[in-house]
Amino acid sequence: MQSSAASASASRKLDIGPAPADSPGVGAAAMDAAKSALLVIGLATPIVLIETKQSGAGVALEWRFGLVAVLAAIAALARFIHLTVVGPRVRAMPASNMAGRFSPGTVTWIKRFALVFVLLYPFIALALAGKGGAIKWIDNFGIQLLIYVMLGWGLNIVVGLAGLLDLGYVAFYAVGAYSSALLAKTVGLSFWLCLPLAGIFAALWGILLGFPVLRLRGDYLAIVTLAFGEIIRLVLINWVDFTGGYAGISGIPRPTFFGLPFTAGDDGFAAFFGVSFTPLHRLIFLFYLILALALLTNYVTIKLRRLPIGRAWEALREDEIACRSLGIDTVMTKLTAFAMGAMFGGFAGAFFAARQGFISPESFIFMESAVILAIVVLGGMGSQLGVAIAAVVMIGGTELLRELDWLKDIFGPGFDPTKYRMLLFGLAMVVMMVWKPRGLISTREPSIALHERKAISGALVKEGHG
Amino acid sequence: MSMQAEMPLLVVEHLTMRFGGLVAIDDLSFAAHRGEITALIGPNGAGKTTVFNCITGFYKPTVGRIALAHDATTTQTDLDRLTNSGDRWRKADGRGLYLLERMPDYEITAKAKVARTFQNIRLFTGMTVLENLIVAQHNALMRASGWTVLGLVGARRFKEAERAAVERATFWLDLIGLTLRADDPAGDLPYGDQRRLEIARAMCTGPRLLCLDEPAAGLNPKESLELNTLLRAIRDDHDTAILLIEHDMSVVMEISDHVVVLEHGAKISDGTPSHIKNDPAVIAAYLGVDEDEEEAAEAEIEGLQSGLDHGGAR
Amino acid sequence: MDYFIQQMINGLTLGSIYGLIAIGYTMVYGIIGMINFAHGDVFMLSSFIALILLVLISSALGALGIGIALVLVLVIGMALTSLWSFVIERVAYRPLRGSFRLAPLISAIGMSIFLSNFVQVVQGPNNRSVPPLLQGYLTVQLGDGSFTIAYKQMLIFLVTAVLLAGFWFVVQKTSLGRSMRACEQDRKMASLLGIDVDRTISLTFVIGAALAAVAGVMYLVQYNVVNFADGFVPGVKAFTAAVLGGIGSLPGAVLGGILIGLIETIWSAYFSIDYKDVAAFSILAITLIFMPSGLLGRPDVEKV
Repeated sequence: MQSSAASASASRKLDIGPAPADSPGVGAAAMDAAKSALLVIGLATPIVLIETKQSGAGVALEWRFGLVAVLAAIAALARFIHLTVVGPRVRAMPASNMAGRFSPGTVTWIKRFALVFVLLYPFIALALAGKGGAIKWIDNFGIQLLIYVMLGWGLNIVVGLAGLLDLGYVAFYAVGAYSSALLAKTVGLSFWLCLPLAGIFAALWGILLGFPVLRLRGDYLAIVTLAFGEIIRLVLINWVDFTGGYAGISGIPRPTFFGLPFTAGDDGFAAFFGVSFTPLHRLIFLFYLILALALLTNYVTIKLRRLPIGRAWEALREDEIACRSLGIDTVMTKLTAFAMGAMFGGFAGAFFAARQGFISPESFIFMESAVILAIVVLGGMGSQLGVAIAAVVMIGGTELLRELDWLKDIFGPGFDPTKYRMLLFGLAMVVMMVWKPRGLISTREPSIALHERKAISGALVKEGHG
Repeated sequence: MSMQAEMPLLVVEHLTMRFGGLVAIDDLSFAAHRGEITALIGPNGAGKTTVFNCITGFYKPTVGRIALAHDATTTQTDLDRLTNSGDRWRKADGRGLYLLERMPDYEITAKAKVARTFQNIRLFTGMTVLENLIVAQHNALMRASGWTVLGLVGARRFKEAERAAVERATFWLDLIGLTLRADDPAGDLPYGDQRRLEIARAMCTGPRLLCLDEPAAGLNPKESLELNTLLRAIRDDHDTAILLIEHDMSVVMEISDHVVVLEHGAKISDGTPSHIKNDPAVIAAYLGVDEDEEEAAEAEIEGLQSGLDHGGAR
Repeated sequence: MDYFIQQMINGLTLGSIYGLIAIGYTMVYGIIGMINFAHGDVFMLSSFIALILLVLISSALGALGIGIALVLVLVIGMALTSLWSFVIERVAYRPLRGSFRLAPLISAIGMSIFLSNFVQVVQGPNNRSVPPLLQGYLTVQLGDGSFTIAYKQMLIFLVTAVLLAGFWFVVQKTSLGRSMRACEQDRKMASLLGIDVDRTISLTFVIGAALAAVAGVMYLVQYNVVNFADGFVPGVKAFTAAVLGGIGSLPGAVLGGILIGLIETIWSAYFSIDYKDVAAFSILAITLIFMPSGLLGRPDVEKV
């Protein structure tokens, strides 16, 4: 249980409000640290202090004084170090803006380097990890991350550009996944037909759901989208004849390489190209497929931003009433944003269904919507690069916990770092928001310029009220 | 052609607006003519902004007709025919006739060509000055971009339309003296520039009627003079009539051709600036009972208020 | 008929719990305009704390008195849950006050994820159940039928009523209540008039959490089981209740809670248990679309 101590303490060190303006003396810091320890003891009683164990009809209790003591000690130490070492240094640092540190040229180079790296990624993984080890790196880190990047970019159209808070985005992901899975299984359409159809279905659902709700403003819109997301999930669970209920849909046909299946048979991809069969072929193919889809999302978004519709979205985020006074049909404008975001969610869903070969309502819970929204906001609303970075940091970071098996040597075989995955994810969301409320990249790139394109400070950009 | 009188650009008849039990506008009728600047004045709370919100469709009036005729040859018969037909507007041989009280706000700008500004400036602060002016030309650009489809494939037609839009924007930037700041965020501009930019943005929609809600509020005397020049240029060079709400009497008397005075939601006077200046009803409304003491007190309060507006409004 | 009355009583029980949670949502929304997403998980945490305290205290007291045990659980549980809520507000929300509107919402969602996973880590992923606390019921004859009110249901009604009365008194009659209402109307003006806004907001979170803790104890009394994942659905339903009653309105939250409880029970009894959550969410959507200010809320007028 020791690592829960470490992770829980990370939250504690932020306690007790802002640090005092002057660096406190060691004595005062020690007092403060003692207070932190006391606070942790208070919070840990009894939820950490006493462990419950189900025994028959009743519950048995087990005391964990040691654990609470460790937590309190860590909290005190962290607070002490924060007050005496970290705090003064942070205050001594000049206030600087992340984006201000890089010139636009540098950012372009970062983007180019990232693109080349991602294009070569499967082969880098193969070269570094070998055939056996590369599967994990291509699948968990490559494909899964790219799905989140794509979803983040899709939702960015709705939240980041149009300023409409959507807490049920995963519903469109689900619509895409289920419609493509059902079309493939019942009608027998190929993946390449299912993919666009899934996007169209999701967009239609976006319009259908968007129409009544888009006149709502502020948090109300967020809550209605949350409700719709949950309704769709609950219908997927309960409409067993159609969707298979909790059991979901399995045996979804895998995508083929222009008609060549990734099988060991004579008509397979490997036989056709005369290479020996390996499951890696399919993985690499899927990797490039989702990469292409994500890049398509990115390309279309960048293009749309420079078209009247994209400018209208951003204007809508800035001031809806002013938009109406300029003759912009705000309902249509919102609907297109909603439908466009939904469509990319639908594409991602179709890809997800084909990649997994199996889907169930479990994959489309509210938490997924929250994670995608968190990626968009943490990245910096509207910034394509920021969203990609946030997806890599948040999803890749928690995914890395699966790689920490060596910690078992320290904490004993019972220690399972993946247990703390979501706990750390939630904590990271809080810490990143407190640290950078406007996200990693908060500046806005103008869509058109007369003389010179200058980044706009995030302080002036509004976040929308819908 | 019958001998009927020409129809003014904007005809407001029997406009009444109630909020619950409160009567904000009470049976108000007035007209605004082509090529003129019409001022709407009155004490605080007289219902001026409510009139604006009714004309621009942000409020739906409880009772009344608000008609806008693009062409001077439109007749009362045309108007009656449109009113009885139940349609919202009619456009035949380029003679557009619109019943604003029936139209949603964005259509009033897009079709009837009425643009407005706001009392508390509503610029897109996070977008550049140029972007603000381009967004104002949304509908034309949307058509040119083939509702995004042509724009996505990079059609020449759209590129040309965008170039034209930038040209139009530059024209207005030159006129308001903000060309050098075209690529700066609108939120970074000083207050007076923001006011002028908002007017330029409204003009980029190509309006026949421009409604300005207190355009001189918070401006210093020099900026106020510049504003007068700008508004006259709009009236004289752009086939755009102006309807404005203003507290600054120097602006009102200087530039308006026609003044309508409201008090408690009703019209108390209507005429040329010199007529208004000498109308006892207006003097009473503005100054209360005509006593020296009260006048002094009023002046003091006015001074205080404008001071607050200048210092505290931002 | 007696079946219907029976369902009404069950619905009221559930509704009381929703109402208690809903007050926390509505108060926080009223005062800082934020959906406190973590509130449902604070409720779940309180329910877990209550379970631990209950087992601990009743084993110490023996069979002596379930009554004393419950009072102690209620008081200590309220205090500890309030402490959590106080710290959460300080750590996750206060630094974001006055900043970007989405930041506190994301922070709250992060807190919600943290809390449920924290409880999962420290107490395990499985259900914890205790033997029924209060058994027995009262049978009421009505014509040729009869219905029953369980003692635990009576307890829930009683506790809810007493605490709501106390809470009502605090908000309406004390200076704290006046400060809260003042901050709700205009935070800047309130602070100019010498109200300690930060303290008032802290206390709002504390009171909301205390009422959620009462709901947590009542939930345990009613269902005898808790799980780390039990925060989300009651949380969303309580939020639905707050919206239905008119967000920002305290009587509205209670009314909304009772309505949601009744609708859910009656829907399950007469239509389909499977779709009971769909019913709750549909009500949420329909209310917001057609009646955004709820039953008792103030209408939101658009300022141009």
